[in-house]
Amino acid sequence: MQDAKNLKEYRQTIQESLGNDFLRRALDTFAVTYRASRARAFAEFDVQQLVDEVAAAKDAVLPRLLELYSEFKKNAEDAGVKVHFAKDAAEANRLVAEIAERSGSKKIIKSKSMTAEETLLNHALEDRGLEVVETDLGEWIIQLRHEGPSHMVMPAIHLSRYQVKDLFSEVTGARQEPDIEKLVKVARRELRSKFVEADMGITGANFAIADTGTIGLVTNEGNARLVTTLPRVHVALLGIDKLVPTVDDAMKILRVLPRNATGQNLTSYVTWITGANECRSAADKKKEIHFIVLDNGRLEMAKDPLFSQVFRCVRCGACANVCPVYRLVGGHKMGHIYIGAIGLILTYFFHGPEKARNIVQNCINCEACKDICAGGIDLPRLIKQVHVRIQDKEGHPLPSLLLARVMKSRKLFHTLLRTAKWAQRPVAGGDGFMRHLPMMFFKEHDFKALPTVADKPFRDRFAELAQPRENIRFRVGLFSGCVQDFVYPEQMEAAFTLFADHGCAMSFPMEQSCCGLPLQMMGEMATSRSVAEQNLRAFEREGVDYIVTLCASCASHLKHNYPVLLGDDPLLQDKVRQFTAKVIDFSSFARDVLGLDATAFTGQGQAATFHSPCHLCRGLGVHEAPRRLLEAAGYDFREADESEVCCGFGGTFSAKFPELSAELLRKKLDNVEKTGAELLLTDCPGCVMQLRGGLKKRGSTIVVQHTAEALAARKKKGG
Amino acid sequence: MNDTPRQQLVSRFVDKAKAVSAFVTEISSLDEAIAYTLDLCGSRGACRIKISGCEEALSPPAGELCLTKQAKIVAAPDLDPELFQRLAEACSEAGFACLRDGMRQHLGGIDIGFTIADLGIAETGTLVLNCPGEDLRLATMISEYHVAVLPKGSIVADGFAAESQLRKYLHRTPDYTAFITGASRTADIERVLAMGVHGPLELHILLLED
Repeated sequence: MQDAKNLKEYRQTIQESLGNDFLRRALDTFAVTYRASRARAFAEFDVQQLVDEVAAAKDAVLPRLLELYSEFKKNAEDAGVKVHFAKDAAEANRLVAEIAERSGSKKIIKSKSMTAEETLLNHALEDRGLEVVETDLGEWIIQLRHEGPSHMVMPAIHLSRYQVKDLFSEVTGARQEPDIEKLVKVARRELRSKFVEADMGITGANFAIADTGTIGLVTNEGNARLVTTLPRVHVALLGIDKLVPTVDDAMKILRVLPRNATGQNLTSYVTWITGANECRSAADKKKEIHFIVLDNGRLEMAKDPLFSQVFRCVRCGACANVCPVYRLVGGHKMGHIYIGAIGLILTYFFHGPEKARNIVQNCINCEACKDICAGGIDLPRLIKQVHVRIQDKEGHPLPSLLLARVMKSRKLFHTLLRTAKWAQRPVAGGDGFMRHLPMMFFKEHDFKALPTVADKPFRDRFAELAQPRENIRFRVGLFSGCVQDFVYPEQMEAAFTLFADHGCAMSFPMEQSCCGLPLQMMGEMATSRSVAEQNLRAFEREGVDYIVTLCASCASHLKHNYPVLLGDDPLLQDKVRQFTAKVIDFSSFARDVLGLDATAFTGQGQAATFHSPCHLCRGLGVHEAPRRLLEAAGYDFREADESEVCCGFGGTFSAKFPELSAELLRKKLDNVEKTGAELLLTDCPGCVMQLRGGLKKRGSTIVVQHTAEALAARKKKGG
Repeated sequence: MNDTPRQQLVSRFVDKAKAVSAFVTEISSLDEAIAYTLDLCGSRGACRIKISGCEEALSPPAGELCLTKQAKIVAAPDLDPELFQRLAEACSEAGFACLRDGMRQHLGGIDIGFTIADLGIAETGTLVLNCPGEDLRLATMISEYHVAVLPKGSIVADGFAAESQLRKYLHRTPDYTAFITGASRTADIERVLAMGVHGPLELHILLLED
């Protein structure tokens, strides 16, 4: 459970996780095996189609939510169940306690429920002198250790067999061995004796089916079947977001949930409970059943035009499985109670801005979660929006305000960048890197060498470049982004010469500014919108066929975020549509539009590998283009392990969380070095900065370039 | 040789069930099912007085619960009376107890739960068991081994094809229906797969020729 009071304290807790070797190894292994088993489980399906079906089924619930609740309540109550509505956690806990009291229940067993974790139900019941025992193995372990879950479906993934052995030795009063199979058997027998004694069983629910008043429970251990069979009272606590109209909707979710959660086709048990079932230990042989349907912020969420998509969440936990930050720090640092990407959002709604304030900043915006989500939720956007809401309410921090102030005026921003060239002179190393870091701000940044600002930005070089004179095929507008304009103008020049050889007449509108993504990352939405409009205006009268950018992050931001930022302005809608339709990334333009293949290149290149920028592979869905181009250009292309995992740059993220950025970079470079490549290519100047800086610090001879530079180096002369 | 669609469905079911460590055997009569169960209990050693976990160092209450089991037990609630009779006689001959109800008196554990599944789902190798009666539920949960007979004709392609039947169950209140896919499993300690954390350690599916 993440409770740090401020960002500094939060970063200290992160440091502790980074020092936990067991946790790091466990999460590393899991990240790799999860991807493989998930792919196997979905092999026979079109995943996108299944995800779309879940999203559509859940979206259809929203306008009928209260109607479905009434239908569910009526059908469940007709079948002998008592249905309660709880507006918040305290009310839900009080209802459970009152049911226990009225039914004379003293001993309670539970199967895993994230909703009960959310309301801190165990604490509330224990405070009233009731005995509560978790029966899911992982939940039991963390209950005994007085911890919260560190993963939604694998709550004890942060613990080793040795820790469990010590714990079980304490619980049984007998010495246990660090043998997992034996420890599981011990749990089987210890918990069986708890099942026998229990008066009341508490579960969550994965589905609440309005049509039949049924709840569905998805488990592997089978403990939920015992929890709902042996005790004479059953209480199910479920969020109102679990309502679905029919069993068909539940089936759609069930087809995706286990496959996405753990890579299983189906869990060992799915239990469908309708009405007051037979219970031979009850006086009338009928079980007393209560369903408590919880609001706790969900109804507000359902009404919110942006956040209502959170209702699509099926609690599979996959967003944590693929999150590179989760993989480094674990669940206790990546959420308050709900963890992973969805946890950052749910924390804000269920537990308030106070608990969300720090953790919500720990998103590197790599979009891995969005890519894997079973309900197709735009998680990175929602995380940023939570940050914006908190910041707008509580005030913006100084660096964020300064950035916004500067960026609002292109001239001021660019003047500052030009001035930086002089300011850095005493520390510039003559090799394109800073020798020493001049500012206190960067003191934790020594894991990578930082580049110097170029002598002459691309915008000052553009007019001197030779445009093609004949056989013009396309009119191309170049969008450079700040980094390529002011730090790496040579990347732009490489693209320019390559494009010129293949019939592109190019323009570079001087009024273009930063794409605005860094502002969005800092939660400065007003200025982000304002620079978006500036850029739209800058290209408005250029009459180009394509707007090409060599920065995948800029491309993805221009293409996907501009319609959101500017789309609500009726005067801009059409212009935004025309603008975004023209935006294309470098590699896709070179391969798919210009049609560059082996005939465009000459000679043999070195051994090369490719780092896929997050906003290229996930943001734009581009996987093949850069790799095939490099092969066409004669490079000995070698795929690196985890080539689509984030390098740790994440724009302002690397300044906010340098320790996490450094770790992600270390893993990335290890994988790159394993390929034996001499050349590392990528399609994003931010990644170039991160990768080049890290390799320089390692003293490596691997050369990092933008794909455009590698292609330009091998192009046939004269075109 | 081209398989018929029905054969394909059956072989898909078998593949998927085996993939989750279920033991699948084809049988041509219910007598074979009885013989299989007796063999599993006896010569294959599934039935034991001291059952799984009871050999470990346990707390006193857990240890005492182990001691309540004093026989080798096969349980088969909800079987049609004639078939139960045949099973019970075979058990009695072999010296095993055979129970039809009263599972709550045996929460320390039973060795084999014997059931007839209502449907099979090929896509996931799943058994559908309609079990509104608690004895049937318990027999498939507190048993060390679950032996389920599945008529081949009851196999459907996927969850959606099972829906109309499932809907019938859910509308017939009160109801309790289980999807069972393989044995009880956990990976909660270091993500190492371990079977039988609460329910059966093994699931044996006997595919009955129509």
